[in-house]
Amino acid sequence: MNKLARFDWSSLVLCVVLVCIGLVNIYSVLYNANDNSLALSYIEKQVTSLGLGTALIIITQFLDTRFFERYASIIYLLAIVSLLGLWLFGTEVSGAQSWYSIGGFSLQPSEFAKVAVALALAKHLGDFNTQIDQTRDYIGAFLILGIPAILTLLQPDAGTALVLLGFFLVLHAEGLPSFFLLILIILFVLFLSTLLVGIYWVMAAVFLLAILYIGLQSKRKQKKAVFPALVSVVLLCGFAYSVSYIFEEIFEQRHRDRFNILLGKEVDTQGIGYNINQSQIAIGSGRFSGKGFLEGTQTKGGFVPEQQTDYIFTTIGEEWGFVGSALVLILFLTLILRIVRVAYKQKTTFARVFCLGFACTLFIHVAINLGMVVGLVPTIGIPLPLISYGGSSLLAFSVFLGIYLRIAYQRMA
Amino acid sequence: MRVRFFPILVGLFGIVMFVRLFSLQIVSDEYGDLSLKNSVLKQYVYPERGYIYDRNGKLLVSNQPMYDLMVVPKNLSAFDTLNLCEMLGLTKQQLIDKLTKAKRYSLRAPSVLLAQISKQDYALLQEKMWKFPGMYIQRKSVRAYQTNVASNILGYISEVNYFDIETNPYYKQGELIGRQGIEKTYEKILRGQKGVSYLQRDKFNRIIGSYKDGRLDSLPVPAQDITLSIDIDLQEYGTKLLANKRGGILAIEPNTGEILMSVSMPTYAPNLLVGRERSENFKVLKQDTLNRFLFDRSLQGQYPPGSPFKVLNALIALEEEVITPKATFTCNSGHFYARNQFMECKCKRGTINNLDRGIHKSCNTYFSNVYRRIIDKDNNAPDGMNTWHSHLGSFGLGNYLGYDHPVGQSGYVPNANFYNLWYPNQRWRGATTVSNAIGQGEILMTPIQLANVAATIANRGFFYSPHFVKGIQGDFIDSRYKTKRYTTISTKHFDPVVEGMANVVKKGTARVAAVRGIEVCGKTGTIENFTKINGVRTQLTDHSMFIAFAPKENPKIALAVIVENGYWGGRWAAPIASLVIEKYLTGDVKRKWLEKRMMEGSLEAEYAKITSNEPFTINE
Repeated sequence: MNKLARFDWSSLVLCVVLVCIGLVNIYSVLYNANDNSLALSYIEKQVTSLGLGTALIIITQFLDTRFFERYASIIYLLAIVSLLGLWLFGTEVSGAQSWYSIGGFSLQPSEFAKVAVALALAKHLGDFNTQIDQTRDYIGAFLILGIPAILTLLQPDAGTALVLLGFFLVLHAEGLPSFFLLILIILFVLFLSTLLVGIYWVMAAVFLLAILYIGLQSKRKQKKAVFPALVSVVLLCGFAYSVSYIFEEIFEQRHRDRFNILLGKEVDTQGIGYNINQSQIAIGSGRFSGKGFLEGTQTKGGFVPEQQTDYIFTTIGEEWGFVGSALVLILFLTLILRIVRVAYKQKTTFARVFCLGFACTLFIHVAINLGMVVGLVPTIGIPLPLISYGGSSLLAFSVFLGIYLRIAYQRMA
Repeated sequence: MRVRFFPILVGLFGIVMFVRLFSLQIVSDEYGDLSLKNSVLKQYVYPERGYIYDRNGKLLVSNQPMYDLMVVPKNLSAFDTLNLCEMLGLTKQQLIDKLTKAKRYSLRAPSVLLAQISKQDYALLQEKMWKFPGMYIQRKSVRAYQTNVASNILGYISEVNYFDIETNPYYKQGELIGRQGIEKTYEKILRGQKGVSYLQRDKFNRIIGSYKDGRLDSLPVPAQDITLSIDIDLQEYGTKLLANKRGGILAIEPNTGEILMSVSMPTYAPNLLVGRERSENFKVLKQDTLNRFLFDRSLQGQYPPGSPFKVLNALIALEEEVITPKATFTCNSGHFYARNQFMECKCKRGTINNLDRGIHKSCNTYFSNVYRRIIDKDNNAPDGMNTWHSHLGSFGLGNYLGYDHPVGQSGYVPNANFYNLWYPNQRWRGATTVSNAIGQGEILMTPIQLANVAATIANRGFFYSPHFVKGIQGDFIDSRYKTKRYTTISTKHFDPVVEGMANVVKKGTARVAAVRGIEVCGKTGTIENFTKINGVRTQLTDHSMFIAFAPKENPKIALAVIVENGYWGGRWAAPIASLVIEKYLTGDVKRKWLEKRMMEGSLEAEYAKITSNEPFTINE
């Protein structure tokens, strides 16, 4: 077979298109007719990162696939160390200590930790001794996810922690008992309902459900059912209580506000709801075909904060309209599904898990970011992959893409 | 299932996002407006409102600056509150309240701290503005009236209301619109067309440049000045003559249809509706239901026409050939028009009247007979009535005359249908409706209609739609004001009627209206009228009425005067009309004694009777 034809050109092209869309829109956000030096300097930085990323991708193509499998543990350890190092050497930017600044550049190790976790998980599951439905093995997997997740959550960087939690989807696809996913869903429902209706109603509901559960059992099994039901009640109530406690006592007001806005408990378009409101105005005012390149009034007026990074999609929505935003959405969906398809064509578990990890990371990023700008998910600082301005993110996804392309090329060999 | 879970999740997310984007961008249309409100500032450039002149080029309405003290709360720093309060005449608490209100509105956007500061306060304030950072003075243009009369003609402007904004997309909150009078009719000409420039704003409300490079901007179209047909000196004179009386004077130039004056009393000075006291003043004017300052009696007042209507019956009778000018009727201080139904007249018993005498003696008997002949022609009252109705219609009666002022009334002229409803089975004849013969029946006319009838007779058979505007900055006015409207009465029938009207002044009921050197033609009226006092129909003192034109040949002015409850026509209306004629045609009034009597005469005591809650006598 032709060697070049084996290369996953379509994924690469999709990524290149997305990056270009990113550049155009970053330029538009920062464009200023009177003094355009700011926009140009940002573009210059982004293009520099892009150059570095391209170099990384090219280098990766010349490495042996086994290289990644072999050094996965070391890469993972390095990532953990770099996360720990933040406590000592990190710089605080807007409340989160998640940056290293080296010379003129700043680097966000948590971005790279995602790649490391994907590699480590792939290695762990790829080991022929590992059976993911066995307690020892899934606990190992949980630890691989959990340690960096907790470290990032402490920075605090909830976004990255959520992305890492997303690897549960990969584990589930690989055979993790559905029980865990069910638990996750139950906890999520409990979490939401606690915030929405209050701790006491939730506790009452849990208690009622437990009694209902016991009552529905046949007489013979009733006695047996009492104990596990009681334990569940205690655990669930404990969870609900801790959610409530964390929400009320540990969360700062700004965190609470974010949730309250989203849950519709408070409506304030000037203060805390400003971001969501303005980004929806920007996207909504684009209508079908958008206002045109450099014509976005919301964009020009700087009404949406962080517009070149996390809120870049609002510019796409405003200036390119439904056509543009739907196109970006379709490009992302195609890319993710393409990677999943490639994943299941892999011969080794390591390759498959890594590819799924890449797809999953992309998905969580896209889902949370787009969900946030259109007001479906609370404000969580997470960039739109390949499009948002930001060197670390772009480099991390370059590495992801590079390894993915290399592995995908290898599959037939 | 396990393998498919993730792709399905991705698909679900895709669907949810797609739906959300669709609803945000396609379905909902509120965001477009919100984003424009957010970030695009529409700045209007207003042309100066057009001036209004009288027919002789005298300036009536111009503009004057008014000053608003504006504040941007964000830019405020400590200032001498006492000093500011003193200059503006505010208490400290008032100032604090106003500042709080401004802050609540917006910290960064300017709001009005004190509206419409006078020129004097402005002069004082301007020098010290440097002491008050965060405040500035904004100039605004409002109307300045150079006259104290004619408020009923000129009308007024006011801020647009919700309804205006809803019905006319041109207007935005806070803009001015012609609300009444000429200001309303000629709003588009007087206001011009505002220009607009679109500016891009940032999130701090700062202007950061023009929106779309000014591609959408437009220049203002200047307003045009208007020249009225009004003679402001005459208007002023008329206003003085009607002082302390209720009523109206409307004068028309017969050979053009131009309205020379339109006085309605009581009236108010137009300057009352300018400036800081505007709303207070307006409330007072609006709420006075007795004086009815905002009611234009010359255009809106509907009165039974009384005796002046007799000349119309004479014209119709001549046209219908039911009489000749020489035909006579005998008057016995009145006559029986039906069994036991007697109509009084001032003629002596046995007087024999022809058309000329009928008019100048205002003989009721003569015109009752004339009227009955019109209606009962061919023994068919409905046909006769409808013929009569259509003749009157050709004079513009029972309908709006089509003049260029927004207020008015159609008056009323009954037709056969009307009486068929009152008297079913057609059991009515000329005699049944004989009050119409002397203008006291069901007929209602406004002073402008009466004046127009006088103008039509002066023209011997046609009129131009009366109008207030002579010219609009060089261009002449609407062609409909230059079209002759012919009546259904032949020209030859007018001469005997004109003769009779001339004799009214020479030897008839209005000898007081004679002006030396000018042949005045007129017709008096003494109009019975009623009102309801505490639900009881009560007769009030007659209205004094006069229609006239002069000179007899080649007439220059035609007018109608009504003085409410002034008793007989020769008492108030005829002298006032003749003074107006003298003033207009000679430029001066020689009969100072008459002028003095009219100007100083008051009917306030008469009007007070209605509200006195005590029994009173009338016609004394």
